[in-house]
Formats: sequence, structure tokens, C-alpha cells
Amino acid sequence: MKELKDMRPEDMRGDYQETVLTYADNRARRVLYTQEEIPYPEGRLIVSTTDVTGIITHVNQSFVDMSGFSTEELMDAPHYILRHPDMPPAAFKDLWDTIEQGKKWFGYVKNLRKDGAYYWVYATVIPNVRDGQIVSYTSVRRKPSRTKVHECETFYPTLF
Amino acid sequence: MSYKLSVSPDYNPEQLSGWFIFNTWLQKTFGQAVHFDVYDDFSGQRQAINDNKIDLIYANPYDAGVLMREKNFVPLVCPHKKTDEALIAVANKHLAQNVEELDMGCRVAYTQDPSVQMMGMIMLEPADLNKNDVRPILCENYILIAKNLIKGQADVGFFLTEAYDHLSNLVRKQLRPLVRSQIFIIHHTLMIHPDMLAKMPNLQQALLEMPKQTTGLDALHNLGFDCWDAIGQEEMEFMIDVVDTLRS
Repeated sequence: MKELKDMRPEDMRGDYQETVLTYADNRARRVLYTQEEIPYPEGRLIVSTTDVTGIITHVNQSFVDMSGFSTEELMDAPHYILRHPDMPPAAFKDLWDTIEQGKKWFGYVKNLRKDGAYYWVYATVIPNVRDGQIVSYTSVRRKPSRTKVHECETFYPTLF
Repeated sequence: MSYKLSVSPDYNPEQLSGWFIFNTWLQKTFGQAVHFDVYDDFSGQRQAINDNKIDLIYANPYDAGVLMREKNFVPLVCPHKKTDEALIAVANKHLAQNVEELDMGCRVAYTQDPSVQMMGMIMLEPADLNKNDVRPILCENYILIAKNLIKGQADVGFFLTEAYDHLSNLVRKQLRPLVRSQIFIIHHTLMIHPDMLAKMPNLQQALLEMPKQTTGLDALHNLGFDCWDAIGQEEMEFMIDVVDTLRS
């Protein structure tokens, strides 16, 4: 796994806020974020695969385009580098609890870009089962409904 | 003994003769009788799959998962640089300028093609529409979808992008795409029954070398592409996993 680096002010687009996020593996990093939303591109799917610990092993071009990271920066990095501070940790606990049981998880997620902006997705994560064993996870993100996004913007802050 | 070749019923009707030519090439190359079975609908073909009546199939991405994971079919090749994409179109005169402007109860014309239905419904999600919120109009083919749109009998139509692009200029001028998928991962695949596994290496090699012969290249052009790409088990599993995530 790659070294977890703090986000850098020089990567930000405009005014930003700052916080420190501590992840489930107890690693922490400084996260910078702005209030700019990047619209989800029409007709596209963001696809990635991780190993069973959440380390990215495959990304498609839409993922690279939307995240602002290069393929090289994404590969071998933990998927949580996209985690936005406005996302409640409970959502990701539910995700992991679900997929580790071999079940499909879906939900609305606010993702953080390298430049501090954000984008909303409707995400589905499935366990990749080979010979009866979970060997990896595939996540596919698509354009969300704005109604659902607005509901999440109201609901997610209550989960902290 | 005669083998059975079948093609997903979503084939472009203009390419039907191409599949007969491909079947002739197949028989000549292998010196083995291969019968080409054409199914007009997906349920008829699925029944034939369940009855073990198909040995070689050009499967759509939706059915490929069932074929591989439940029937142990093995992927052989897929068309080079030809992915399945879908498109949502309206009549030119329709008021909606984007998907988000579509309302509950909107009339959706589509064919039986499960992959296009799946991609079409995904592209309606940003409008808060799921299959329970729309009025479905099942059409036999894409021409009839276009006709429904132009006559104002449907609000939107789901098209295989390739089929939409092959509509006549006259028809396309009366339609307007609202959104096109750009998935790039999902494709048709030529697959073989597990009982034919021993023939797989030779068959795959011959298919990959088709463009080297004039007859082979002509046969491929009649199917709308230039050559096949080999596809491995894991690559296929990945595509099926992606399709699985989209089924929800």
C-alpha cells in the first residue's frame, strides 16, 4: 500500500477548509476541501476494483477524470482517499459489513477530489467471488438522482 | 454430429446474412457441420440454452453472466473495439431537453434486449424514474421504437447506440438523443459450451486469424467489425461483475 499523504494547498481550487480524517485502519491524514461541486458526467460509469482490504487494483478512465488523480496515484492507494469529511463513517461501516458478508451494497456517496471539490454518485459495490471465496470488490458509480442527493445532504449530518 | 450456433436476438437484422456467412466459414474451417439457429426472441433462446441445444453462442453481456456462471460456458473472443452502448432518444418536437425533465408516468419504448433495457433504466435514474414509474411500451425492433416516438405514442425510446446510428437519416432527423452511455466495458462475447472445451484452443486461434484470409475478413466485415480479440476467464468475470452491479 502507498504512503498516505496529506492533501496539499497548492492542489486546491479556491478557498478551502481543513480537517483531519482518521480511517478504520487508524491511519490519519490532513484533508482539504472546497464547496465546489463537479457535475457527474452524462452516461458515464466510474469503475474501480479493490483487493479485500480496500486497496485499489483497477480504475477506469472515468474514475481518473472525475477524481482528479492520475492512474498512478490511484493504483495501490486505499479507496478511502476519496472519502469526503461530510460522509458519516457509519455509511462506510455499513458498506464493509455488507460486502464482507458477500452481499451487494448500494448508496449515495459524496466523493472528495484531489483538488478539494466534490461529486455525488450512486454507488454499488459487489464482492467478486471466485471458487466460493471473496477475492476482491468491484465498485460502479453512476449519476445520482438530485432528489436523493438532497435527502442525503439533510440526513447524513445526523449520522455523526 | 452437428453443432448449434446461435446469436443473441438483439442482432442487427442487416447483419443476419453476415452470421450465415460466418457459419459457412466456421463449417469450412473445421470440416464439421454447424447449424445456425436464429431465435426471434430472448425467451426462446433461453429455453434452448436450458435444454442444452446451443454449443456456440454470440451472447449479449446480460446473458453472458448466466451462461458462464450457471451453464459453465467458456468465453472465446469478443469483437475488437466494439462495446455495447445505449442511448435514450425523444422525438425532435418533445419538450424534454435532458433526462431530468422527464416525469413520472412517462412512456418508454424499448425492445426485449436486456442489456439495453438495463442501461436505459440506469440513465433514467437521475430523473427519479425506475421501472415502476414509467409506462412501458414493448416494441419488436428499433424501427418501431422510432415510429412510436415520431407518432407521439412514446415519450422516450431506449436504443442500442449502434442500432440508432444505423437508422435512416430521414428517421434520425425526427429524433433527438437525450443521453448516450459511455461505459466502454460491456460487450458481446462468442462463448462455447463446456462440452466443446477440447476444441477451444484451435477454434480461438482460427477466429483470431480470420482477418488473415480474404474470406475470413469479408465474413467479419459483414458482422460489422474487423477482427476478434481473445478474452480470458478473468476479463469476462470482471465484465459480468460490472453488469451485476448494474442490475440493482
